[in-house]
Amino acid sequence: MAKVTKLTRPTLNKSDEVYLIGIFKGTLVTLKHAFKSLVGKSRGSESLKSSGLGVTMQYPEEKWDDELPEYYRGAPALVTDEQDRERCVSCQLCEFICPPKAIKIIPGEIPEGDEWAKVEKKPKEFEIDMIRCIYCGLCEEVCPEQAIYLRKDYAITGTSREEMVHDKERLYEIGGKRVGLVNKWNNLK
Amino acid sequence: MEALIPIIIVIAKVIGITFVLTLPIIAYSVYAERRFAAIIQDRVGPNRTGFAGLLQPLADGLKFILKEDFVPSHVNKFFFWLAPGLTMVPALVTLSVVPFGSALFGEKLVIADVSVGPLLVFAIASLSVYGITIAGWASNNKYSFFGGVRSCAQMISYEIALGLSVIPVLMVFGELNLSNIVQQQSESGWLILPLWNESGHMFSSAFWASPETHERLWLWIPMTISFFIFTISIFAETNRMPFDLPECETELVGGYHTEYSSMKFALFFLGEYAAMIVGSALIVTLFLGGWSLPFGWDSWVFDTFGNWAGLIHLGVFLGKLVAFILFFILIRWTVPRFRYDQLMKLGWVVFFEAALINIFIATVIIAAPHLDKGPLAALIIGVIIFSVLMFYIAKSLDKMLSSDGSDDKELIPPAENANN
Repeated sequence: MAKVTKLTRPTLNKSDEVYLIGIFKGTLVTLKHAFKSLVGKSRGSESLKSSGLGVTMQYPEEKWDDELPEYYRGAPALVTDEQDRERCVSCQLCEFICPPKAIKIIPGEIPEGDEWAKVEKKPKEFEIDMIRCIYCGLCEEVCPEQAIYLRKDYAITGTSREEMVHDKERLYEIGGKRVGLVNKWNNLK
Repeated sequence: MEALIPIIIVIAKVIGITFVLTLPIIAYSVYAERRFAAIIQDRVGPNRTGFAGLLQPLADGLKFILKEDFVPSHVNKFFFWLAPGLTMVPALVTLSVVPFGSALFGEKLVIADVSVGPLLVFAIASLSVYGITIAGWASNNKYSFFGGVRSCAQMISYEIALGLSVIPVLMVFGELNLSNIVQQQSESGWLILPLWNESGHMFSSAFWASPETHERLWLWIPMTISFFIFTISIFAETNRMPFDLPECETELVGGYHTEYSSMKFALFFLGEYAAMIVGSALIVTLFLGGWSLPFGWDSWVFDTFGNWAGLIHLGVFLGKLVAFILFFILIRWTVPRFRYDQLMKLGWVVFFEAALINIFIATVIIAAPHLDKGPLAALIIGVIIFSVLMFYIAKSLDKMLSSDGSDDKELIPPAENANN
């Protein structure tokens, strides 16, 4: 049971009633803020990594990158495994679950004679439209091969719509390599 | 040729003081407002355009010029175009009587050295209410109209307090020429800091024994009251923050300039700052010694710099002006906006009466050395009776106003109360 505390409105004393004294006190508070802000000692400036004036970080010059948490959801990207194989097997689960329909996959067949013919498919084209992407992370969650990950890149920019569509090459460039479990690409399975 | 020289001097003064000094100060006070406000709120403010954002006013101006100058179809075109000029022009015209410094090569640094300084300022400055009211009315929009009506009532109310509070000051100086007023303060101390200008003289016992000092110390009381009323009224006159009801964006969208865009809006915006600068200049001139330096340093400046002393004094004046503008900004981010009835009550119930009583107090102090004991006692009793009467009127007005529906409880209709 939460404890209920009844608060009463404080009654004004004589100095509050005069009002000018109140204004004077308020002015001192404001000035104190201004002074602290100028010497870079505003409350929270330390933890917010202020650039020296107030609590603001001067963004393009200074970045927050090393403070991003492990679970940060930035741009989705494809990853390769330790043997530089494409992890993606074109199951298209991510394409189907993607809420804004940002992902477009054209699957390609792995030919019969190939060493990895048992994997059957790998993406011929894999495009993520970063204008549509909402960084929800459902693609990462649904992927059975752990082939798509949300990286920490957040400054995705471009000067045209075409530039904002990440193709396969770009996705692997962002994604890089990821060591760990593979299912279909596993020899033993 | 001989006849041309005074004209050239006047033109040089007009261009120098208006275009070289005041307009950049107006532009940069907008920048100062943004930077200082940001610093108070632990932010940074505009710091990208040029070094430390110093080119921001130019960028703002360019933006205003390049924007579409949109005139809605439902407005009264003539007055819609007239209004922005009517707010900007009076503020700039009043600058003509403000002394910016002492003499430079024998020429006083004031455009018009007229002997009706404060009267001219009040007469012209009160015209700017037309600008705002006409803007509100011509916009043909209910929010703009509210803003215009509010500003009309507000500025007329506070003009009374403004005029009454300056009367004791003018009685002390016995002078309406602003240059001479500053000259007097330069010689015998600033009005609200009367002991500053004695250059060590104040430590001698002869100084404290002299009746002149006594009179000045006594006068310090009404002068301080005048200073407070005058400063706060200037805040109301210029629609600055605790009193910016004509344009309060939370209630009235944008107030009287809702329908304005581009350069026409810029004129309103800059007109407000121009009025603020004129107000600060007036406060500095009347109460804080204008261009004069404290502690009798003025004579030292005159001896050392000779003909160039005017430039030093110009710098001093601008320094005081900038300090006052920063004070305006500081108050803006300290005091929240008044409710409209509170604003009116402050003007009519508090300041009006206080300024009236103040005039009589100053009168008694000035008249005291020239009167015998009997008439003086009668005068003092008369002032006390008058003050009590005024106080009683203020109290009853206050009671009448607060029982007149402005009370929060009575604003809720009883039927709705029952439902809740």
